[in-house]
Amino acid sequence: MAEAASLTVSVWRGAEQGSFARFEVPARANQTVLDVVTYIQRELDPSLAYRFACRVGMCGSCAMTVNGRARWTCRTHVRKVVDADGALELRPLANLPVIRDLAADLAPFFDKWSRARGTFQPKDAPDGAVPEDFAVVPPASKQRREADAGIECIGCAVCYASCDVVAWNDEYLGPAALNRAWTLVNDVRDGGRAERLDAVAGDAGCHSCHSTQSCTERCPKNLDPSSAIAGLKRALFWDTLLGRR
Amino acid sequence: MSATRQPASTKGVNRSHRTRARAQTHLWVVQRVTAMLLALAVVVHLVMIVTAVRGGLSAAEILSRTRGNEAWLAFYVTFALAAGLHGAIGLRNIASEAIGLRGRGADLAWLTAGLLTAGFGIRAAIGLYA
Repeated sequence: MAEAASLTVSVWRGAEQGSFARFEVPARANQTVLDVVTYIQRELDPSLAYRFACRVGMCGSCAMTVNGRARWTCRTHVRKVVDADGALELRPLANLPVIRDLAADLAPFFDKWSRARGTFQPKDAPDGAVPEDFAVVPPASKQRREADAGIECIGCAVCYASCDVVAWNDEYLGPAALNRAWTLVNDVRDGGRAERLDAVAGDAGCHSCHSTQSCTERCPKNLDPSSAIAGLKRALFWDTLLGRR
Repeated sequence: MSATRQPASTKGVNRSHRTRARAQTHLWVVQRVTAMLLALAVVVHLVMIVTAVRGGLSAAEILSRTRGNEAWLAFYVTFALAAGLHGAIGLRNIASEAIGLRGRGADLAWLTAGLLTAGFGIRAAIGLYA
């Protein structure tokens, strides 16, 4: 692709109500979208609000909507997303309240993790005490592999911002919280299965998922929340049909 | 937004949430099970249509097959029940997402609509049997 000498960057300014401000940013080799945002804040407009911490794809705090798609800005090279005339459009993450400019409020997102019983509840030590012995969980066991598949989530909310069902129903727990619940349902050391399945059932939970898999498609960690949700549905289907709940 | 927040409690899931979630899960299970029934029933139904019209279609021919036949009665009663419930639950889901029609009242209305639709079908099946 021909490299433009500068980028035309439209940046969301304001909260829920607001408008785009345009900035000209010099184009550089190996430039990430986060570099562009940082340049704008340091050189052009110090009042711009945005969020980042690690800059290397570990913390998940720099996620924004880049040209209509939720991404980690630190791991997104400008040349991969910019169009031929050098235009970039940056918004805060969708499906969340906007604090200011590019910073979304993730509180509803994390509240749903706790609503989905995303906390480990040790079976052997219900009051949080350290169990006497180590639990032996064979790495090749089916449950361990199911848990492993989803355990690397860092809670960046890219899946949540990409989910149509969240947009339609703001009670819906969303892919990340349900993915977390599924890893715990498969954790043989966990004792909260029944409660957790109750918490993730119904219209606010896994049963609203349409399996359109935007979450799986967009997850920067290549996790598969869609399959995790299918797992929850399967568990609830048999438990309900066989009267186990 | 802060008004919708719930503190993370380690105690049991809120009782009314659990009752609601269970009812919703039952609707979902009913829809999946009826989908499985319909997958079979529609095939039987289509094969029946294709084979039945070969010799010309008449009321007498249909009645000669269905009258007094418990197997066809059972088949069509199941078919009608599955179709009525499956359709109504599907419409419920569409209405809840598209126009925000949600809640217990709406669910009961959809269930009634489903059972009524099924009732009409079952009445027709009995009519063909008796």
